[in-house]
Amino acid sequence: MFQYYLKLSLKSLRRNPILSALMVTAIALGIGACMTILTVNYVMSSDPIPHKSDKLFYVQLDSWDPYQPAREPNDPPDQITWTDATNLMQEKAAFRQAAMASSNGVIEPADQDSKPYLASMRLTYSDFFSMFDVPFLYGSAWDAAADEQEQLVAVISKATNDRNFGGENSVGQTLRVAGENFRIVGVVDDWQPVPRFYDVTTGAFDDTEEVYLPLALKMPLELPSSGNVNCWKEPDGDGFIAFLQSECVNYQMWVELPSDADKQRYMDFLDNYANQQKALGRFPRPLNNKLSDVMQWMEYNNVVNDDAEVMLWLSFMFLAVCLLNTIGLLLAKFSTKASEIGLRRAVGASRGDLFRQHLVETAMIGLAGGLAGLGLAWLGLRGIEAIFGEFVSKMVHMDTNMIIVALALALVSSILAGLYPTWRACNIAPAGQLKSQ
Amino acid sequence: MLTMTDIKKVFRTDVVETHALRDFNLQVDEGEFVAVTGPSGSGKTTFLNIAGLLETFDGGIYQLDGEDVSHFNDKQRSRMRNEKIGFIFQSFNLIPDLDLFDNVDVPLRYRGFNSAERKRRIEQSLETVGLANRMKHLPAQLSGGQQQRVAIARALAGEPRFLLADEPTGNLDSQMATSVMELLKSINDTGTTIIMVTHDPQLAAEAKRNIQVRDGRVSEVDNVMPLKAATA
Ligand SMILES: Nc1ncnc2c1ncn2[C@@H]1O[C@H](COP(=O)(O)OP(=O)(O)O)[C@@H](O)[C@H]1O
Ligand SMILES: [Mg+2]
Repeated sequence: MFQYYLKLSLKSLRRNPILSALMVTAIALGIGACMTILTVNYVMSSDPIPHKSDKLFYVQLDSWDPYQPAREPNDPPDQITWTDATNLMQEKAAFRQAAMASSNGVIEPADQDSKPYLASMRLTYSDFFSMFDVPFLYGSAWDAAADEQEQLVAVISKATNDRNFGGENSVGQTLRVAGENFRIVGVVDDWQPVPRFYDVTTGAFDDTEEVYLPLALKMPLELPSSGNVNCWKEPDGDGFIAFLQSECVNYQMWVELPSDADKQRYMDFLDNYANQQKALGRFPRPLNNKLSDVMQWMEYNNVVNDDAEVMLWLSFMFLAVCLLNTIGLLLAKFSTKASEIGLRRAVGASRGDLFRQHLVETAMIGLAGGLAGLGLAWLGLRGIEAIFGEFVSKMVHMDTNMIIVALALALVSSILAGLYPTWRACNIAPAGQLKSQ
Repeated sequence: MLTMTDIKKVFRTDVVETHALRDFNLQVDEGEFVAVTGPSGSGKTTFLNIAGLLETFDGGIYQLDGEDVSHFNDKQRSRMRNEKIGFIFQSFNLIPDLDLFDNVDVPLRYRGFNSAERKRRIEQSLETVGLANRMKHLPAQLSGGQQQRVAIARALAGEPRFLLADEPTGNLDSQMATSVMELLKSINDTGTTIIMVTHDPQLAAEAKRNIQVRDGRVSEVDNVMPLKAATA
């Protein structure tokens, strides 16, 4: 019978091609808008490192102003000071730990014909790479000794390697950055966590950096600070070192804590540390340190911002409007079928038979609308990509999910839209329709 | 076979109540060919629709094939229509974008026959009405008389016990009307009970039995083969 309904539905859709096209378009527009926004939201809120996001913790220390919190109602600042970053790194109290900051520096390509250029840099520690599962194309991370001995070593991105070494294995080669010669120890393969969770203070969807250097080099090389710097009191004195040793926060700190017990121990360690600092006259606020795992940290920072959520609601409302239109069109369509419905009733179709037939017909419209909507969503995402940049292109990975969700959404919503018209159609009195042509 | 006792039907709108049938009594036996005549608005169509379970009624008892149908639900009524009743309408009511084969197929689909059985019945009934060679034609490609034959084939395909026809020749010229009438008579000869509403006394005279409906009642029952003068 299902096959018969399919055949009838196809015929019926061909009978009023314009009406059918309008319905498919209405659903396609709604689904297209919804899927575009839904996908953006989905990507924004996706777990960038699912297998260990609950073992990686962002460290917050309340080193802030005694008279007002860094963030209402009573939250510690989003970043830590240089002093705390280096102190915590020295203690090595976690399974893995990496303090970090963003910076930049001029790269002077070995090739004399190429011009120097400014590159984005991440200053961090060797654990960064193992903690975040950074994939390597060539070589590996630098080791802990390099951090301690402030060695001039660098890990570079694939793009940097392509640009300076033509994509060859450059491990062991020298790259001139910020006026110094660095030995390259590793080349990172394509790597773009979405969101770029390890530092959301600048932009949760920024590109990963072009060069990675030991954070320990910041002081001797006087590497510049980029990203957000926040201070609650003036540095004591002028100059690079005074600024570095001030209460200004510009550093992020991540630790890997495999078990709850580890987490508890680290929390105790942080509180201990804060109390020590209080004894030294710092940390004037009450004890208020925090550890947030990856998803908590994304949530806390509103990575899926309110605009995106408003857009999502708007797009659902748009879908609702499209469906209301579809309801109207279906009513019009089914009313042109009144005499056929009357005839089918007369020759033995039950209400249930007709209900199923028309449900198949609306589902078919929904499916066509869903497919067309997917096309529109694809276009929409390319548009968003053009406006907001590369991060959306990551969505290629969730295409099957997207197709399933879009088609399910289209089916469910078209069937919902079809319920009332179908119910009306089934309740057409058979007798009334048969007298006149 | 078909027994109506004191059937009442009232149409209610916001402003008027129309008593379409009042104490309508009729018995039709197996194999009869009953012609129903009467003035326009007297309740003929209403009677036929109730007889064919297309419409409910407001009082009285209706037994069809020995069963009291007043408490049937939609599914039971649909099944009864499908298996025991064939309808022929004045305006043919063919589905315009289905070819003849598929039009005749419509009632068979709801019967649950397999495709071989449906094919056999469709071909046979189109054969009966003389249109076996037009199976792939659309209704619009046929004359009115031919279209009515398709409608008859559709009614016959389910091999119903009853054939209910509401002015089946009303849209046809007299020559086509005659040939449709001949067809109905030959169907009746195979044992199918036919009830036919008509306003044409000459056609009515060819039925085995004539009844007249006036003001929602069976006002007069002529017995087998009435004189033409009696109804004219
Ligand atoms: N659906 C309806 N709603 C209201 N009145 C109706 C309806 N169908 C028929 N009637 C009324 O019932 C009466 C009988 O109608 P009908 O059975 O069609 O007569 P006939 O077929 O003999 O011309 C008429 O007065 C008609 O106006
Ligand atoms: Mg009538």
